[in-house]
Amino acid sequence: MKQSEFLNVVMPFKDKLFRLAKRLLVSREEAEDATQEILMKLWSKNEKIGNYKNVEAFAMTMTKNFCLDRLKSKQASNLKLVHSNYGDDNASLQKQVETRDSLSWVEKIMEDLPEQQKMVLQLRDVEEYDFDEIGELLNMKPTAIRVTLSRARKTVREKLMQKHSYGIG
Amino acid sequence: MELDRIEKLLEKYLEASTSVAEEKELRTYFSQESVPTHLEQYAPMFKYFSLAKEERFTKQVPLKTRRDYFKWASIAAVAVLMFGIYFGNEYQKQKEAEFAYNETKKALNLLADNFSRGTEKVAYLNEFENTKQKIYNNN
Repeated sequence: MKQSEFLNVVMPFKDKLFRLAKRLLVSREEAEDATQEILMKLWSKNEKIGNYKNVEAFAMTMTKNFCLDRLKSKQASNLKLVHSNYGDDNASLQKQVETRDSLSWVEKIMEDLPEQQKMVLQLRDVEEYDFDEIGELLNMKPTAIRVTLSRARKTVREKLMQKHSYGIG
Repeated sequence: MELDRIEKLLEKYLEASTSVAEEKELRTYFSQESVPTHLEQYAPMFKYFSLAKEERFTKQVPLKTRRDYFKWASIAAVAVLMFGIYFGNEYQKQKEAEFAYNETKKALNLLADNFSRGTEKVAYLNEFENTKQKIYNNN
């Protein structure tokens, strides 16, 4: 496989790999390094890529495993928190600051979730994967996914409500 | 009533029994500016999910360059090594030949010296012959 072909295969999902890595590793730099590493690993076995039915799922699984290993190793013991820039909407400045705040809350709340819940929430609510795909990636049964997802969504909502009422009161 | 439907969807959403399409509907609903106050708390969640999907991986991946570099470097290294061995051998042979030539020259010189010394001694014999001839002639 030539480089251009490889890039065509990888292009559509490289952002997904990055977002999953960032969800797990939090730091932008760490996530960039991880994604780069994964893409280079994929490139190094590019002769075999044709044999995989679903390169995206394969790459996502690789990313998941890589990041979990990363988190386990001591190297990653002091990760930095880096926030992304949020795009601006047309709301007034006051409103804009408020939404930006509450959006970064969601990000922070998600950081505190257990890894499994983080991944399920990321894959479902951000990447819009269906349960079968998630099950394949995370080795989970649909019922287990449903439970985890429900738990994650409820936690996010609850914590968001807490913050909200603190803000008012 | 739309609001009714959204409320029901939210309930289903928290139980994780909504479909991907229904969740998309929720995201679209909450992306608008005005949301009823009792649902406002949900807005950041869905807005954040939409926003998180916008994030892009911008770093370049050095794919080809590194591979090629190693490939060509190894080829160059092998070529240099081969040349080195070939010319090194040639040089060695030349040195050896020179050494042998010098040694032979030395040996031949030694021989020549000894020969000439030998002829000097034979010169005395000539003297003896002359004297002998004189004596013969006198008699």
